[in-house]
Amino acid sequence: MSQAAEPGLAGRSHGHGEAHGEHHPHGTQGTFRSYVTGFVLSVILTAIPFWLVMGDVLDDTRLTGIVIMGFAAVQIVVHMIYFLHMNTKSEGGWTFLALLFTLILVVITLVGSIWVMYHLDQNMMPMPPHEALQKP
Amino acid sequence: MHETTPPPGATAPVFYEQEEHAHGDGGTLFGFWIYLMGDSLIFAVLFACYGVLGRNFAAGPSGADLFDLRLVAVNTGLLLLSSITYGFAMLEMDRDRIDKTLAWLAVTGLLGAAFLGIELYEFAHLIREGATPQRSAFLSSFFTLVGTHGLHVTFGIVWLVTLMVQVRRRGLIVENQRRLMCLSMFWHFLDVVWIGVFTFVYLMGVMQ
Repeated sequence: MSQAAEPGLAGRSHGHGEAHGEHHPHGTQGTFRSYVTGFVLSVILTAIPFWLVMGDVLDDTRLTGIVIMGFAAVQIVVHMIYFLHMNTKSEGGWTFLALLFTLILVVITLVGSIWVMYHLDQNMMPMPPHEALQKP
Repeated sequence: MHETTPPPGATAPVFYEQEEHAHGDGGTLFGFWIYLMGDSLIFAVLFACYGVLGRNFAAGPSGADLFDLRLVAVNTGLLLLSSITYGFAMLEMDRDRIDKTLAWLAVTGLLGAAFLGIELYEFAHLIREGATPQRSAFLSSFFTLVGTHGLHVTFGIVWLVTLMVQVRRRGLIVENQRRLMCLSMFWHFLDVVWIGVFTFVYLMGVMQ
């Protein structure tokens, strides 16, 4: 019974697809070249931070931290462009606007939390580690 | 004065509602993008949580004691590879080649499963060493953040297998193409989140 119904359903769906044409309105937009470019860039942008940390290349850990965060930011942009096909045009710019809005919220959440909570422990009663261990 | 009754002999007016076709796919892809933006907020909150609690070791082990960067590097490579193999699946989908699409999807799923396997091994190793989520605020926030990402990958694999069955049974119909594009966004999004995880949690955790 269901065997008989399925080809019909599939056929109908396929007809629906043909009615809309063979082109993909959004398309995957990617090409072999763009995926490989994104991949190679990502490998480089991943390898350098790992090398910096595992090889202890820079003496200053604070500087290393800033550098690897910079690499992460660049790699996120690379992924957005080459893998997620982000641009300012798709959906009349609404995709990009949603991304910008989210980015603002993410930055407020991260920076705000860390900023507010950074010195908060100084307002707490001092507690040596051995007492902290007993704490429930 | 409104004349609502049609004059004798005339037929009642017929209204045609024109469906808006601004989105060729009914807006599904844009809607899914909005979901992903919401998902990034979940991860933003978990990252903020880790940022605040990540140094509270409660006299327990720190990231420098626990993390094995070689494992993390392998995991990062696996996830990155799975991103490009999913891209290849999408390229084959555009060419309407079912078998090759399925093959690349299978490779993607296996890479995702390998990633999960290594992550579970790492978690098991930490827990065996006594670095459980209950041990310190650092470990609680670590397991929550990395675990949530792992859970996303798990559901991504479930979704991937489901779509492989769908494509096998129904072919690369428009509906399946749309679903594959949504999963494509989801999968690449998880890779983007992982960039934050390996930088912020592992690399910076090992350094101090």
